[in-house]
Amino acid sequence: MSEITITIDGRACKSPAGRTIFEVARTNGVYIPTLCNYKDLRPVGSCRVCTVRVAGRYMAACTQVAIDGMAVENTAPDLEDMRRSILEMLFVEGNHLCPSCEKSGNCELQALAYRYQIMVPRFPFQFPVRRVEAVAPKLLLEHNRCIQCLRCVRSIQTEDGRRIFVPQNRSRWRKIGVDPRLAAELTDEMALKAMEVCPVGSILRKGVGFAVPIGRRKFDKTPIGTDVAEGLPR
Amino acid sequence: MLRSKDIVQRHPQNPAALLDAIRDVQEAFGHVPDEAVTGIAAHLKLSEAEVRGAASFYHFFSLTPRGAYAVYLNASITSWMAGRAAVAQAFEEEAGCRFGEVTADGLIGLFPTSCIGMSDQEPAAIINGVVFTRLTPVKARHLVLAMKAGKPIERMVSEWGDGANQSDLVRAMVSNNIRKRGSVIFGPFEPGSAVRKAVARRPEDVIAEVKRANLLGRGGAGFPTGLKWEFCRKEPSDLRYVLCNADEGEPGTFKDRVILTEIPQLLFEGMAVAGYAIGAREGLLYLRSEYAYIRRHLEAVLERMRQEGLLGPQVAGKKDFSFDIRIIMGAGAYICGEESALLESAEGRRGEPRNRPPFPVQTGYRNRPTAVNNVETLCTAARIVTYGAPWFLSMGTAKSSGTKLLSVSGDCERPGVYELEFGLTVQELLDIAGAKDAFAVQVGGPSGACISRQGFGRKIAFEDLPTGGSVMIFGPWRNLFEIVANFMDFFIEESCGWCSPCRIGNSLLKEKLEKILAGRGSIQDLRDLEAWGKNVRALSRCGLGQTSPNPILSTLQNFRELYEKAVGGRDGFVPDFDLTEATLEAARLTHRLPLLEETSHE
Amino acid sequence: MSKPVIATASLAGCFGCHMSLLDIDDRILKLVELVEFNKSPIDDIKTFTKPVDVGLIEGGCCNSENVENLRAFRKNCKVLVSVGECAIMGGLPALRNGIPVRECLEEAFLNSPTVAPEDRIIPNDEEIPIVLDKVYPCHEIVKIDHFLPGCPPSADLIWEALTALVEGRPLNLTYEMIKFD
Repeated sequence: MSEITITIDGRACKSPAGRTIFEVARTNGVYIPTLCNYKDLRPVGSCRVCTVRVAGRYMAACTQVAIDGMAVENTAPDLEDMRRSILEMLFVEGNHLCPSCEKSGNCELQALAYRYQIMVPRFPFQFPVRRVEAVAPKLLLEHNRCIQCLRCVRSIQTEDGRRIFVPQNRSRWRKIGVDPRLAAELTDEMALKAMEVCPVGSILRKGVGFAVPIGRRKFDKTPIGTDVAEGLPR
Repeated sequence: MLRSKDIVQRHPQNPAALLDAIRDVQEAFGHVPDEAVTGIAAHLKLSEAEVRGAASFYHFFSLTPRGAYAVYLNASITSWMAGRAAVAQAFEEEAGCRFGEVTADGLIGLFPTSCIGMSDQEPAAIINGVVFTRLTPVKARHLVLAMKAGKPIERMVSEWGDGANQSDLVRAMVSNNIRKRGSVIFGPFEPGSAVRKAVARRPEDVIAEVKRANLLGRGGAGFPTGLKWEFCRKEPSDLRYVLCNADEGEPGTFKDRVILTEIPQLLFEGMAVAGYAIGAREGLLYLRSEYAYIRRHLEAVLERMRQEGLLGPQVAGKKDFSFDIRIIMGAGAYICGEESALLESAEGRRGEPRNRPPFPVQTGYRNRPTAVNNVETLCTAARIVTYGAPWFLSMGTAKSSGTKLLSVSGDCERPGVYELEFGLTVQELLDIAGAKDAFAVQVGGPSGACISRQGFGRKIAFEDLPTGGSVMIFGPWRNLFEIVANFMDFFIEESCGWCSPCRIGNSLLKEKLEKILAGRGSIQDLRDLEAWGKNVRALSRCGLGQTSPNPILSTLQNFRELYEKAVGGRDGFVPDFDLTEATLEAARLTHRLPLLEETSHE
Repeated sequence: MSKPVIATASLAGCFGCHMSLLDIDDRILKLVELVEFNKSPIDDIKTFTKPVDVGLIEGGCCNSENVENLRAFRKNCKVLVSVGECAIMGGLPALRNGIPVRECLEEAFLNSPTVAPEDRIIPNDEEIPIVLDKVYPCHEIVKIDHFLPGCPPSADLIWEALTALVEGRPLNLTYEMIKFD
């Protein structure tokens, strides 16, 4: 397979052809933030947090294939502010009550807010009315926290390919629905996987929670993205 | 008694049949009951959540009953301008329920709906698939009385429109309102001429002719059609498809409706020409649900063309070219006008756009190379093949050849369809349409631009004011902010919700606009509107979110003074909080007076 | 030269943020050296007696008194800081924001267990503040200059922010200081 070279903020990055900008960055030790992208799942470009700029055009790094010679902007201050604005939108869209959330400290949305030092969203809080769904025997669906990344939709299916988590409705009324019949048959392993792929505290295993003390959780001391590259945005 | 099980069994056991199965159930029962969801899921080997997910995406499908008579009254701005408020009130009073509700006896449901393509004859509604135009409060009351008497909906149509609207297979009260016939779309047409001309040449030569004519996509984006066909033809594949986008959903546009009603054969020949050019054997017409009333007419035309040898095996006697056309129905979703969402919907799923690349010319319908073209584009291509590129290039401007169909509505004497050469100015159009004192003109629908008098000298052409054809005219007595708010509501309703900037951002923009309109805005809020709008435009995944802030951005630019007047010179922080409003409910419950905002400052 | 003046308030909060302020350990002695407290539950001064340099607000606004109080702070403080999740986004009290006011009041005063079942009434004395239609973040009612997230914000964050603000230097916040829980 042929090799390509792109630049990310001026730094040359080599990669086999056919990879996305996101993948090229990651293998070259360049961090591009994301919420919806997840290892081994087909990218969907839903959160837009990985938006980069190429020749003045904006594109999602997770879905755009890198083309030889591309000059990618990743950390320009105005671009970082646009990403910050998406995170802030996600915070006001739902009811993100971190102090009472089991995922706090391990939540990727929260971790990105820490990374970007979001002290308060620029947008007014929407305080939507959303019901918690507890129909599945092993799982709890906390729609107040869902950011519609589609990770659960993509990763959890029955053996014959039927989806258990599926988007319902559209626009601001869109939500991830769960199939009660199929959810009732979820194995322990699948239920655990569903909780693990959820970047926020929207899919929770019943009967467990708050197992790791504050201070020892994933993002308490280690900023998200430091597994890819050291340093925090300016 | 028809059972949902029997309806479901009629369909192939294939997930691609999902929307067809849902549609049949919806038509039979007025909604998709739980047992049908279970039945469809089992039959198509899907989860029930997948069935509900698809049904809940489309406006004309419902998981709950919508009434024996489901009234969908257009909520677009042209409808409001023509008196929608009074018509809606009459429906509500006579029916005894509010919009968004169904009467207690389940007889009548009232629902708002996005533009149904009748902007030149508003207020208009679709009731059980039948279109009613130019409604008045009195007509609305009579309709409700007829519903209460159990009259079949078809028999409530008392008058028919012009042209083919009167034909036995249409019988609609819709008017064509063709005001100006140009020589490309509405010129004299000899049936069969385009197809015969095309198959007499090599496919490559047909593409070359279309390229020479510099035909740009008429949907508004303006991609060169010949190039699209060439890409599609060159993509290695066993099968290729032509997909005609007849899902014109941009508020204010209705010109495809007139083509489909009056000259469907020109369109079908255009599809056959495209099929021949790219090497496709099948063409699909994705027809918006709002135009379902034309479907029988279209099927009849297709059947006649098959009998005349213009479709089917060996089209027009050409040995190696077999081509036929199938109609696929939409179900109420503006986003399906976006070509990749159209593909998803055509394949029986939620109409959510795909990631691009790959583009439809590479991976389209059923993952095969697909040329997705607009109705008007295909008609134009048929004419180019018939009369040649030089003929076409003699019309329009250097960069925008040919003519454009414009759907003109709003405050003018002669609303309707105009076929005009590219390059005419907005002012010239206003003169032709009889709009003497226009104050603002929305070119290209809500996703286009709102032009003030300073811009009336601009030309309608790809190089200046590109448009899919929607032109809405507003007189000086109109409230521009009501128009902008209506457009934003449209985008909020029609966003698919896949990507966060569009799903969340449009609502935030609307909320900020309302703050300003409530008299609580400041110059800082205007700066926020602009910045947020630009972010949504830059960050959204598809064309919907990339244009949805346009009503605000475009008026901020061209009608800045109105916004400045609304914020009254205030700058800095102005809260969107009012103590009186905030204490209203609790005060009422405790029999006290809500607090006054002014005094509380002290 | 007189010392910078501080004022604090707890609106619809739990006083947890005030506890966190007191949790600065021996630095509290330094604080006493550094600043003078005016209106605050800490010294029990009920009204503003002089212009204030830095006002710290805990809690969001759930009733008319909170609004009045917050506006008074904005008027009397040069710099106003939202301290904690409740001030910033409503916090736990905002859980009621999806529930109509009528249901909240009826649940609290008419339908819940009581020792005087014959005397159920939604309190309506004119002296009682009126409940707002929802719990508002402070910055949706007055202009807020700085935000210190956390439930509560850590003592280190409060200390750093407070000393920076009274010394007039930019806040130097480390990763560990910013937490939402």
